[in-house]
Amino acid sequence: MTEKDGRGEARRRARGELEGEVLAALWAADGPVTAAVVQESVTGAAYTTVLTILTRLCDKGLVTRRRAGRGHVYAPVDDRAGVVAAGMHSLLDEGGDRAAVLARFVSDLSAEDEQLLEQLLHGALPDRLPDQE
Amino acid sequence: MFWPAPMYLPLLVSALLAVAAPWVGRRMPPRAGAWAMTCAAVVAAGTWVTELAILAFTVVGQLPLVAAQGPWSVRVLAAEDPVDREFAVGCAAVVLAMVVSATVASWRRGRALVSAWRECRELAAGGDLAVVDDPVPAAFAVLGLPGRVVVSSGMLRVLDARERSALLAHERAHLRHRHHLFSLILHLAAVVDPLLRPLERAGAFAVERWADEDAGAVVEDRPLVARAIARAALASGRAKRAALAATGGPVPQRVRALLAPPIPRRNGAALAFAALMTACCASLAVTAHDTERLFEAAMHAHATAGHLRPGR
Repeated sequence: MTEKDGRGEARRRARGELEGEVLAALWAADGPVTAAVVQESVTGAAYTTVLTILTRLCDKGLVTRRRAGRGHVYAPVDDRAGVVAAGMHSLLDEGGDRAAVLARFVSDLSAEDEQLLEQLLHGALPDRLPDQE
Repeated sequence: MFWPAPMYLPLLVSALLAVAAPWVGRRMPPRAGAWAMTCAAVVAAGTWVTELAILAFTVVGQLPLVAAQGPWSVRVLAAEDPVDREFAVGCAAVVLAMVVSATVASWRRGRALVSAWRECRELAAGGDLAVVDDPVPAAFAVLGLPGRVVVSSGMLRVLDARERSALLAHERAHLRHRHHLFSLILHLAAVVDPLLRPLERAGAFAVERWADEDAGAVVEDRPLVARAIARAALASGRAKRAALAATGGPVPQRVRALLAPPIPRRNGAALAFAALMTACCASLAVTAHDTERLFEAAMHAHATAGHLRPGR
């Protein structure tokens, strides 16, 4: 994606989507990071936009800001009690209708599927995948 | 006289549609396939239920209480009825069972949707995304106003920046295109007509592929989406190997489809769907017309009898 296309894409994207992406980037980082680092992993967002979004996330209490050197670093607020995680597990572990209404990104894999995907990730395209049911 | 064969024709055509739809639908681009298969599910299930109800009514109409409402002659109806009596009673029982199971299924799905939405509403969200601090990789979209994408921190950490965009684009596609409704309709159709179960699976797969292709268009890189799916599936597989069921899930098919060139539009497939759905509706119309004539004859006989012997 070229820089120009990236900017056009960012302009089209709703603000809410960018906010989600900034939050995702903070969670994916190993520790507190600067706004510049966040900007790198959010495709096509301007630095000032990222700063605005980070401020908004701080106001919502989802992100903490700490002074570091001449600037600030940001980190997501973690859920120490693990209450939310427990709730999510109960959502995911229950089978039947509960599981069916969640549009999950990936389903479970069999051992054979796993091998095929491993091959795929390491560049070797498997020449045969099981046929669709 | 009423020839019995057309009475059963809608059941046959509906069964043919149920069998052909997954086969044809899989050969279409995912978006078109999901639409075609969902419409086919509605038409096939609708034809099946309506036809069974018509067949059942030929015997229900012979109950004196019901006949009095027409009014029509029970004797003429019984004599002219081309449908086997036991068979019609069986149809009535099946219709009753379908109404009950469809009600139960909608109630359960509806309750599950509402409770999933309630739980996710409580999660703090940045934009449309709620992140749950949990090492187990997981990601899903929950229907709501607005819908929510829920992702665990474990999932965000196994993906790189561009793969994360692909994941978010996939889940947002589910929300934007109301994919939950597609799967709800497919599910209810399959509950009413068990012949549609393969269609429910094929439709669910098409919906998933639709979101994949949508994500591929957003990030402008289909192999990137394939990589994100593969990495996410492997990571969640490793995290919960203990509970792993050998399901032969659709993940490898999705990855393969994204690495292959996009499926071209096929007018033939759409035509096949249109033809079968039209055949369903047409055969149903013929049956409905025949049944109407049957009842008209019975009404006429009743009126004539009433005229000849006033007060009966």
